[in-house]
Amino acid sequence: MYGFEAMTFNIHGGYLEAIVRGHRAGLLTAADYNNLCQCETLDDIKMHLSATEYGPYLQNEPSPLHTTTIVEKCTLKLVDEYKHMLCQATEPLSTFLEYITYGHMIDNVVLIVTGTLHERDVQELLEKCHPLGMFDSIATLAVAQNMRELYRLFLVDTPLAPYFSECITSEDLDDMNIEIMRNTLYKAYLEDFYKFCQKLGGATAEIMSDLLAFEADRRAVNITINSIGTELTRDDRRKLYSNFGLLYPYGHEELAVCEDIDQVRGAMEKYPPYQSIFSKLSYGESQMLDKAFYEEEVKRLCLAFEQQFHYGVFFAYMRLREQEIRNLMWISECVAQNQKSRVHDSVVFIF
Amino acid sequence: MEKFVDNLSPMDLMRSEKMKLVQLIIPVESAHRAVSYLGELGLLQFRDLNAEKSPFQRTFVNQVKRCGEMSRKLRFFKDQIIKAGILSSIHPVVEPDVELEELEIQLAEHEHELIEMNSNSEKLRQTYNELLEFKIVLIKAGSFLVSSDNHTVAEERELSENVHSNHSYDEASSLIEQEMGTADQPGLRFISGIICKSKALRFERMLFRATRGNMLFNQAPAGEEIMDPLSAVKAEKTVFVVFFSGEQARKKILKICEAFGANCYPVPEDFSKQRQITREVSSRLSELEVTLDAGIRHQNKALTSIGYHLTQWMSMVRREKAVYDTLNMLNFDVTKKCLVGEGWCPVFAKAKIQDALQRATVDSNSQVGIIFHVMDAVESPPTYFRTNHFTNAYQEIVDAYGVARYQEANPAVYTVITFPFLFAVMFGDWGHGICLLLGALVLIARESRLSTQACVQTYHV
Repeated sequence: MYGFEAMTFNIHGGYLEAIVRGHRAGLLTAADYNNLCQCETLDDIKMHLSATEYGPYLQNEPSPLHTTTIVEKCTLKLVDEYKHMLCQATEPLSTFLEYITYGHMIDNVVLIVTGTLHERDVQELLEKCHPLGMFDSIATLAVAQNMRELYRLFLVDTPLAPYFSECITSEDLDDMNIEIMRNTLYKAYLEDFYKFCQKLGGATAEIMSDLLAFEADRRAVNITINSIGTELTRDDRRKLYSNFGLLYPYGHEELAVCEDIDQVRGAMEKYPPYQSIFSKLSYGESQMLDKAFYEEEVKRLCLAFEQQFHYGVFFAYMRLREQEIRNLMWISECVAQNQKSRVHDSVVFIF
Repeated sequence: MEKFVDNLSPMDLMRSEKMKLVQLIIPVESAHRAVSYLGELGLLQFRDLNAEKSPFQRTFVNQVKRCGEMSRKLRFFKDQIIKAGILSSIHPVVEPDVELEELEIQLAEHEHELIEMNSNSEKLRQTYNELLEFKIVLIKAGSFLVSSDNHTVAEERELSENVHSNHSYDEASSLIEQEMGTADQPGLRFISGIICKSKALRFERMLFRATRGNMLFNQAPAGEEIMDPLSAVKAEKTVFVVFFSGEQARKKILKICEAFGANCYPVPEDFSKQRQITREVSSRLSELEVTLDAGIRHQNKALTSIGYHLTQWMSMVRREKAVYDTLNMLNFDVTKKCLVGEGWCPVFAKAKIQDALQRATVDSNSQVGIIFHVMDAVESPPTYFRTNHFTNAYQEIVDAYGVARYQEANPAVYTVITFPFLFAVMFGDWGHGICLLLGALVLIARESRLSTQACVQTYHV
């Protein structure tokens, strides 16, 4: 019953909710980011991070640091926390936690297939994969020739199998088709996740629907902008939009016929939540759109923590941590390349 | 009223010690020594005067970084020693203290040496493991091929009549070539190799799907745990042989082997050739073993010599880091070339602290003495209880609930009686009590020996 979760949630989910709220208290604050932005070298960043929760992960790295090492170790911390939570979870929380990682699995699959197409070494590609999205036999993706084989040989065993029914074709894998495949898979994943949350009901359904709807809308806008000027037809574009979210179905109709950014802006400004994002950008500018979307997402994710006894906190925490790692990567790159002035271009403060 | 309170006899553990706020003005050359002597005394709590500054805006940040770097190297040594399985000596060698800069140079040298030795033995170990796997594959796969040799040769004879091949081959071996042979050879071919047992099932399934079922997969366990050449992890392995036909299938199978981390080794058809190669491999293995052993002995010697000093070095580095962290709390006055610090100290310790500062001045050959004077304080002083070995345990338990305010009555005094009483009431068992008493007496009797071991913390209570 919605409203009475307090009676039963803590039986199975109480421990993990406490853990995840503890982790959330350890996210870097604006003061930390200010200090990090003032660092001159990567060693200063390491010293500052060793006073935060990342300390144990970075303390054993020898002195000439690289940005990739920092990012790798921070991601390792996220993976450790996730695995700990997954071990302790019962149904349906464990399924929920697994759903969070399917997005990364899709990214990994696409990465390996693209890499094989460009004749890269399999081991090298494996190192670039996101650790949360690894599954067994992922290395054998390199053998596939077309999508049908991809499905028959490997993906039928993975949780991604049901998402493939819409995109099995015998066409060979090339860059364009791989992108279409990625977006089709992601669309199916989002819809599946949405249905799962609706089934869970209660506060989880309400909060997760809001977050997933924002995600779906954001992807729709990104697909539109990225496919302006390519050979993707309007019908194909419409097929890639998810069938839920604020923009469904009328917004999608408008977006499908957009040919440049100003038309996109015109279509989006009819929706009040997104109007505020687009009003920050002046005409013709799309670089800041990413950052604006991230800021809006972070705001909504922080709001998810205001309510207790639902699973949305886990999703929100994972996303916030990923955003933090993105911030750290940007700061480290700016410091390493001596471009401190551009540091604030892309850092999104969480608190 | 105040005179009356001051003239009361001191109540020792019942109330916390009287504290005073003191200010120290230390010239730069005697700063390090003064702080380290005060640290050994343990009776002064410094206030952090640089609280608003970030960690890398403080004065001694470079030294702190160097200490951090040195402790990283020491942790690396400790890991290496544990990995090599050397027991640290119970009686560490006590040597006169080494200077920090010398220690840094020594540590860098040792680390460099260790990393070099590791990389050298790494290559040798890899070759050794590969040869070991090859030997096992030869032995096990040989048995497959002997049994299957009979009917595959008959099949081949049939095929060879129908096939017009332009190549000419040795008449000794049949037309069954190893997979290392030339391309497009018709007939049944095989690939032999070794793979982790945990992956064997998925591997077989993948091969089945990739070749649409047109293959035969035979496997046999390797019998003992082998170290994988690439990942250096001991795992149980299985020897496998895959029979297939066609060039496409070969390419696919090779890719799948690579993806699963299975190592493929060519096994000759002929039994005599097998025996010959097995003999060669065994002789190379024994040579490599000798070389590897020598390398390991050299490495162990280096590690043991480091191990003697390790605890001493670690405590030294920790102490230095603590000294520099404390120095960072002091205010550095550049014009007068001195450090100003504020702290709390108990009244009875004033003389000891002044003595320590005096020694520091003398030892560092400084012209100017350290100025030490008492200041008036607005805020409430911190609480300090002077406990001995016995009362320390009770004090710590009471502090876990909450530390008493300055000069508040200390509940720990009463717990000396009530805790054992309540504990006994809980157990209420004569025999149980005797066992606990005997256990406690054993621990107390062995106190001095146990306190030098690493697991001191658990025995403190």
